[in-house]
Amino acid sequence: MNIRTETTIHPPPGGLANGRESLTLRIGGMTCAHCPPAIETAIRAVKGVQAASVNLATQTAKVDYDPAQAKVAEILRTIRSVGYAAGTATMRIPIKNMHCTSCAIRVELALKMTPGVIAARASLAPNAVDIEYQPERTDFQELRQSIESSGYRVAEPKIKPADATLDPAEAANEQEYRGLMRRFWLAAVISLPVMALSYPDFIPGLRDWMPMGSGTRRMVWALLGVLSLPVLLWSGSQFFVGMWDALKHRAANMHTLIAIGITAAFLYSVVAVAWPGIFPDMALAEVFWDVTDVVVALVVLGLALEIKAKGRTSQAIKKLIGLQAKTARVARNGKEIDLPVEEVLVSDTVIVRPGEKIPVDGKVSAGSSAVDESMITGESMPVEKQVGDEVIGGTLNKTGSFRFAATKVGKDTALASIIRMVKDAQGSKAPIQRVVDTVSGYFVPAVMIVAILAAVVWYDFGPEPRLIYATVILVTTLIIACPCALGLATPTSLTVGIGKGAENGILIRSGDALQAAEKLDAIILDKTGTITRGEPALTDVVVTPGHEESAVLRLTASLERGSEHPLASAIVKGAEARKIELVDAEGFAAIPGHGVGGRIDGHDVLFGNAKLMRDRGVPADALLPQWERLANEGKTPMYVAVDGQAAGLIAVADTVKPDSRAAIEILKGLGIEVVMLTGDNERTGRAIAREVGIDRVLAEVLPDDKAHEVQKLQLEGKSVGMVGDGVNDAPALAQADVGFAIGTGTDVAIEASDVTLIRGSLMGVVTAIEISRATMRNVRQNLVGAFGYNALGIPVATGVLYPFIGLLLSPLIAAAAMAFSSATVVTNANRLRFFQPRRTGQ
Amino acid sequence: MTPDRWIVTVAGIGLVAFIIWFFWLKRSKGIRAAETSGGYQEAMILVKGGYTPDTIVVRSGRPVRLNFRREETASCSDKVIFPDFQKSADLPTGETVAVELMPKEPGEFGFSCPMGMFRGRLVVE
Repeated sequence: MNIRTETTIHPPPGGLANGRESLTLRIGGMTCAHCPPAIETAIRAVKGVQAASVNLATQTAKVDYDPAQAKVAEILRTIRSVGYAAGTATMRIPIKNMHCTSCAIRVELALKMTPGVIAARASLAPNAVDIEYQPERTDFQELRQSIESSGYRVAEPKIKPADATLDPAEAANEQEYRGLMRRFWLAAVISLPVMALSYPDFIPGLRDWMPMGSGTRRMVWALLGVLSLPVLLWSGSQFFVGMWDALKHRAANMHTLIAIGITAAFLYSVVAVAWPGIFPDMALAEVFWDVTDVVVALVVLGLALEIKAKGRTSQAIKKLIGLQAKTARVARNGKEIDLPVEEVLVSDTVIVRPGEKIPVDGKVSAGSSAVDESMITGESMPVEKQVGDEVIGGTLNKTGSFRFAATKVGKDTALASIIRMVKDAQGSKAPIQRVVDTVSGYFVPAVMIVAILAAVVWYDFGPEPRLIYATVILVTTLIIACPCALGLATPTSLTVGIGKGAENGILIRSGDALQAAEKLDAIILDKTGTITRGEPALTDVVVTPGHEESAVLRLTASLERGSEHPLASAIVKGAEARKIELVDAEGFAAIPGHGVGGRIDGHDVLFGNAKLMRDRGVPADALLPQWERLANEGKTPMYVAVDGQAAGLIAVADTVKPDSRAAIEILKGLGIEVVMLTGDNERTGRAIAREVGIDRVLAEVLPDDKAHEVQKLQLEGKSVGMVGDGVNDAPALAQADVGFAIGTGTDVAIEASDVTLIRGSLMGVVTAIEISRATMRNVRQNLVGAFGYNALGIPVATGVLYPFIGLLLSPLIAAAAMAFSSATVVTNANRLRFFQPRRTGQ
Repeated sequence: MTPDRWIVTVAGIGLVAFIIWFFWLKRSKGIRAAETSGGYQEAMILVKGGYTPDTIVVRSGRPVRLNFRREETASCSDKVIFPDFQKSADLPTGETVAVELMPKEPGEFGFSCPMGMFRGRLVVE
């Protein structure tokens, strides 16, 4: 299959001349004029390199080198070592007829001789070769030719149709489930006649046909034994294999317990049928084939149900993996070509059409569109993307077409980081599990010891028939103990809980963080960028009598169009949002420290602070009360003067995010003290705090002191969460018991925090805490269930209740309880999947 | 006590003693990871009913690469967890999966399957 729409093969950009080779490499990550010299110096230091020149505009490096001394791989490594991405891609090509190590070596050699191939590693296990290559110099067709010229065949097209791919782990699970169910059905079908004929005394017709001690009964029982043999050896084979594998490691597991239990029951029955005479009483010569068959059937069924349920616990990660695009349309050498997504390089121009998935991370370079980012951020509204905006790989382009320059590819993309992080977190352990870990190391051998001691006690001191009782006790105790339920209790809940977080745009980094988030009783919120949007916006326009709001705003915004001050863009955006048409200003002048001035539509307009008004002789005292009111609200008011007369005030402020207030209210409702931290002055801080309903404000805190403030709160004996934007708050985030980093878009500060909120909303903190509480509650339910089940089940199975109330457990009931205890734990964990985060009205 | 009771009691106690010795008292010495040209300390671990070898000895301050190869389908062992390093890896049957770690301090660090049935130790010197 031709995987590229383009058929031309790129000519190698370099050529051989006098033992010198020239090479052009694509470089990623260069941002300024300082980058090229740094890279050049590094490359020139490589032995054998004669010249190197790096071009910032084309993002390339041209290197002249002696191939006898310098290897391309070394040059690439050097570039990466100074912090830049060098243009190579990796590809895995499956090979059909590679059967031995020497075949693998031949394939590798053929590929290494191909220009543009940096490294090739063939392995027999997946029967494939991993190739690192330069896409500028070679492509799939050439690589395929090289492989085939060495006598091997490329096994299958690299890109499979999307619906044909099945996750290998899922396929293996499905296969195991089907295998277990087949074993279950055999055991179940055989169990029925075996059960009936094992207890003929309870069935009137049978009792007369095969009375106690008769030759018929013995014959029938011998036949039942033969019938049960396939159940023991086929349906129950995994218990013996599992026991043997574990014994080789001096370990014991569930398989060990079941295998010993069913073997004991089976062997007793064999002795009872073959040599009934050795028992002092005929009543002792009973058979337990039914125990063997039913226990195998139930435990195997339990395992099958557990696999089915476990498959559902990792649905969130499957969804994330499913988001990854398979192909990308890239503009190279003036042509648009479809490439497998692994071949996209940093700084490639990628083209996205309406309805298509964005393949990698990047920055929009042309066009605009609305992008649905809900799959990554949990935000349901599509986000408008324009030139200069960042796009995230895996999100869905809705309306328009656009081009973007790839900034992160392969394993560096935000989606790949998220998947990696969620997988790691799902595999991590919560502190609560330490107890279980300690117990589970000793559990199975301890149960074996308990079962043996109980059987000995029953034999020595129990009622007659002692041997039967001792055997039943041994088998029941071994079978009822379930290390699986204990072992599954925490990891399954964590897997579902952390996955649930990822679905809602919340990345919980570890089990520790999840457990810590549950116990928080204070949360510190950084004001700017966390409670507020972090950028100023136009909030108020106040005018003096005789002036109109829109006219004053039009003049001011037209004037400010020429300014580069951040407040200016707030005013311009505010005017545009009110659909006010702006005009050009004449004679625009910035008055440093005071404001701006200029002429618009024949009017002289001044915009700035009180000092500017005083200096220019504009009487503005009448506006002072309004100015003070706005300033007390935490806003920044500025005067507007038209033709030497005060025309009004325009105020800008960093505005509160729409759902901050609601989120803070819910946090307080959850019993958490909310504290605001800001570097701003007390007045601004208080004003915002009032608006969102926070009582405790720590104002004028220098960035370095933020961690100190967290510590002070911790000294009050509180478990403190810190929410910040992840860049300047890093020390405070690290100091807190749980650091929540707000990272928007591709700016995910995954490494810096315990919890990352991809969507920039405080509701994420609420959701994170609620998920943590729900998950830990679930973990506890599971642990209580699993511990309780074993703590009650094992003593009952040993028969401690028999002297008091005559209760003795049947091994069949023990098997059913054991089989379903782990299925119950997994099913309970799966309930977490139905957790729905609260939404505000936004 | 009758002779049969004596026999059962002695056999039972003998079995208990054997279980304690076999599962708890005897520990493997472990193997030392090989140093590779890339600067890694590398070891291959077979996952089948347990980890073989289950104790790997490495030096601190140098990166470690443990290549896990799972040759069974029991779902218990489909993942390996290093809680002290906050790392985990999925282990699909029949594939070799490398787990890279950077042990900075000497000590003993356990790794296990999620249920804690399969256990191994990384001994950092």
